[in-house]
Amino acid sequence: MQPFEYAHPSSLHEALALLGTQWGEADVLAGGTDQISLMKEFLHTPKRVVNIKGIKELGGIRHSGQGLRIGATVTFDELASNQAVHSEYPSLVSAVMGVSSPQIRNMGTVGGDLCQRPRCWYFRRGFGLLAMQNGKSLVPNGDNRYHAIFGGGPAYFVSPSSLGPALVALGAKVKLVSSSGSRTVDVAKFFVAPQNESSRETALLPNEILTEIEVPPARGVKNATYEVRQKEALDWPLVAAAVALQMQGQTVGKARIVLGHVAPTPWIAAQAEQALAGKSLTGDTIEQVAQAAAAGAQPLSENGYKVQLTRVAVKRALLAASGKA
Amino acid sequence: MANLPDYHWPPMGKRRVMGKPMNRLDGIAKSSGAAKYNSDVKPEGMLFGALLTSPHAHAKVKAIDTSAAQKLNGVEAVRVVANPGTEVQWAGAEIAFVAARTEEIANDAIRLIKVDYEVLPHLVSEEDLSKTGNRARAVGEQVTGDPEKAFKEADAVSEGHYGIPVLTHCCLEPHGQTIAVKGDHIEYFPSTQNVYGIATDIGRALNIPVSNVHVHMDYMGGGFGSKFPADVWGVEAAKMSQSSGGKPVKMFLDRATELSIAGNRPSIFANVKTAAKRDGTITAWESQTWSTGGIGGGNVNGQLFPYVFNKVPNRRVNHTAVSVNAGGARAWRAPIHPQVCFVTCSALEDLAAKLNMDPLEMFVKNLNYTARADLYKFQFDKAAELMEWKKNWHPRGDSGSGPVKRGLGLALGTWGGAGHFSTCKTTIHPDASVEVELATQDLGTGSRTMVAMIAAETFGLPVSAIKVKIGDNSYPNSGGSGGSTTSGGITSSTRKSSMNALQKLFEVVAQSLNVTADELEAVDGRIRVKGNPDRGMSFQQAAQKLGVNSISEMGENNPRQAPQEGLNTGGTGGVQMADVSVDTETGIVKMNRIVAVQDCGLVVNPKTAESQVFGACIMSVCGALYEERIMDQQTGRVLNPDMEFYKLAGIGDIGEIIVHMDIREENDRRGVIGLGEPCAIGGLAAIANAVANAIGVRVPRVPLTPARVLAALERRTA
Repeated sequence: MQPFEYAHPSSLHEALALLGTQWGEADVLAGGTDQISLMKEFLHTPKRVVNIKGIKELGGIRHSGQGLRIGATVTFDELASNQAVHSEYPSLVSAVMGVSSPQIRNMGTVGGDLCQRPRCWYFRRGFGLLAMQNGKSLVPNGDNRYHAIFGGGPAYFVSPSSLGPALVALGAKVKLVSSSGSRTVDVAKFFVAPQNESSRETALLPNEILTEIEVPPARGVKNATYEVRQKEALDWPLVAAAVALQMQGQTVGKARIVLGHVAPTPWIAAQAEQALAGKSLTGDTIEQVAQAAAAGAQPLSENGYKVQLTRVAVKRALLAASGKA
Repeated sequence: MANLPDYHWPPMGKRRVMGKPMNRLDGIAKSSGAAKYNSDVKPEGMLFGALLTSPHAHAKVKAIDTSAAQKLNGVEAVRVVANPGTEVQWAGAEIAFVAARTEEIANDAIRLIKVDYEVLPHLVSEEDLSKTGNRARAVGEQVTGDPEKAFKEADAVSEGHYGIPVLTHCCLEPHGQTIAVKGDHIEYFPSTQNVYGIATDIGRALNIPVSNVHVHMDYMGGGFGSKFPADVWGVEAAKMSQSSGGKPVKMFLDRATELSIAGNRPSIFANVKTAAKRDGTITAWESQTWSTGGIGGGNVNGQLFPYVFNKVPNRRVNHTAVSVNAGGARAWRAPIHPQVCFVTCSALEDLAAKLNMDPLEMFVKNLNYTARADLYKFQFDKAAELMEWKKNWHPRGDSGSGPVKRGLGLALGTWGGAGHFSTCKTTIHPDASVEVELATQDLGTGSRTMVAMIAAETFGLPVSAIKVKIGDNSYPNSGGSGGSTTSGGITSSTRKSSMNALQKLFEVVAQSLNVTADELEAVDGRIRVKGNPDRGMSFQQAAQKLGVNSISEMGENNPRQAPQEGLNTGGTGGVQMADVSVDTETGIVKMNRIVAVQDCGLVVNPKTAESQVFGACIMSVCGALYEERIMDQQTGRVLNPDMEFYKLAGIGDIGEIIVHMDIREENDRRGVIGLGEPCAIGGLAAIANAVANAIGVRVPRVPLTPARVLAALERRTA
């Protein structure tokens, strides 16, 4: 770990003043479940670390008729234990419980879940976000069993976010604040597939802090997340699917179907959404939608199985949302 | 001349301590954190070591510049081990070491060392034999009987491919030590399976007499066969201590290095052909195997095929060793047995499926090909009862219409496990305290507890009355813990030293009771006349008769004489059965249950023995479902030297584990036999067989990941 200056501000204003304008000047620390390992591996070598856990205004969950406001430093455990979240947003609870380590659920934060870096083993071994060696990506000819089946490069890592797919499906937004102002970005647009090595995988800028997440009301929206994970113990999902279905009586009005761990961003399964709109949730429809979810997949040499897992995840998420699981 | 005591174990029915389940003596210390491992040792003035490793799988060091590291404030020693001209043969190979006042400074210094490499071509994967070129070396063919004829005449012939990748030991406490070399004295705190022998290793490397090397190790966090030598990191830490004027140097490997270079279990890949008669009698075996254990290739003793059933009359066995540029293999809990067991039991289960026969029936039918037909028959019957095999087994693939399929599988294993050379000193003090000293080690197996139980049994005292002193090479020589030799060795030497000390005590007490020493016995805290229990005295009173002189006696287990003495022997058997559920939509395998029936002769402590088997079953689950060292041919590196993608089972992944120790008079008569290895062999094969039974098709290679299970299902449909 490279020596760094440590700051522990108690206000957002103070914290923002401590950030830099370039990556590498300052990193934000919250739960630390990823940040510390990034620093230990010299993948991040910030000159300053700004701990935001002491900033009260970044915590707390507020639920109202306007929906849900989740502070960035709310832990996974706090989110999953919240009664309103339980009753209205089961897809968030399932996504949290997929983080199958009580230690990480106790330490890890909602903001950190969205801002954590990819787990791609080439990235983590120092080959960069695009896993380049001698001008070529290592992924297509390497061991890509856990890599993307959508997106087609040049980035092949998968977004590691557990909450991302559910938040995209629910139409959530994040608030990004800098010293000069704030902006609100759809979670769907917060995640970005980088096109070159110097860009990042989120819309967050070096001088910004993700302060909160706003989730629209979901009363009457059937929502669920299903993760295909090999182990019960701490393990990354192989594929995840989150669905949010606005019902019109017995039929689905608008459907959001978002995949996780299959692309550099949470991946909207547009064909599946279309296949479901206006239909009722019968077994046949669910099968058809599941098939459509994998349309356009471009598996690599070792990850063809994820195409099948995508269909299963979507099917099981729909079954869970419809109360048939 | 005094009579030699009768060292034999007390008869099964007369034991008071041995054979009774007992909690390990260090259980509270370990679970509360009070136990200090050598990676916790922090002597005054300690320096931190760090290691620079090669990023290349094959390269020649052209130049190395350590000047910036040396100049860094806080750095006390820099040592280069790969000087210019050195050819490194795997990524992770040791290049240079640094010792500094803090861990951070040491790591910073490592990053300041500049190495200029000439990168050379590498091969890191052996899975596809056709791509290994001149790195593959055939080690010759073994033929028994007339396999061609047997295959021609067979009623059924089965062919299959099977494979296990390289696994790492993944010790939770990584390899390393804290060491201080002051003048010609060494204080050495290694994490080792070899407390006594490692002193010689380090002494030689530093040219310091072994008599001046003091090794301490109270607890250790996993070795599994990988922690015998002092290793480069031990020797270099010692030399850095020496050059910094004797300051202790702590040098433990980080996780990535631990998983890359600190040992691994060789792979095995196999093409197998088997033949049988209609009634299930195996008639022929043919196997072509290949494996790697690193740059030196990987050898498999062909005599082991077919595993356990190795009296099959017609056999043709070929093996090819493949040299790869990756960290080298070390002994891994029953070296090569789990691999050979997996290949054999998978191939035989496939053969049974071909005959449409229950594999249990086929295995039992062929037990006359094994060295222990009666033992295995008993164990299979017992395991089948515990697994409810007859009720739960179904022919391959016949497992209902839902997406989740359940299946059963089985396997069997064998191992030696006779006691190693061990000497022990038992002392009876005049205040009646008893101490037992020997330079053995407790790897977490319960050997400390076992020593106390043997002495307590011998003296007729409670276990709490015995002070056990181990983990220090100033105690009498006792062997390294490898090959499951520790239990037999230390129980025998402890028994003998304790009997010898007791004999001396009897001689003192005999005079005052007006009997001869051989008329006395030690029972229930008393020394008394045999057949006349009222005539005697308490152990306390007896010890007081020593006046100011304690009794110290030695005992020795010498493997050459041990078979005649009968305190320990070798040769065990065990069987494992697995019950799994496979989600055929996701390819995810869940463990329902494992049953293990295991013999290890005389079982001293059924509780820690069961614990050993539990641990072995968990390792089997890990190997069957999760573990795999993943190499990248492009970069030449290990891709998963971490606990994230080098996957291990958690508590929710292991299912129910039922252990039945095969404790019977006829097994007990064979004396103590080591257990660590025999129980770690068959579980993996049993799980793989259960998956084949569940889904109706063989998944050729473990770990049985969703990708592999789905691919096998797809082939079945196609």
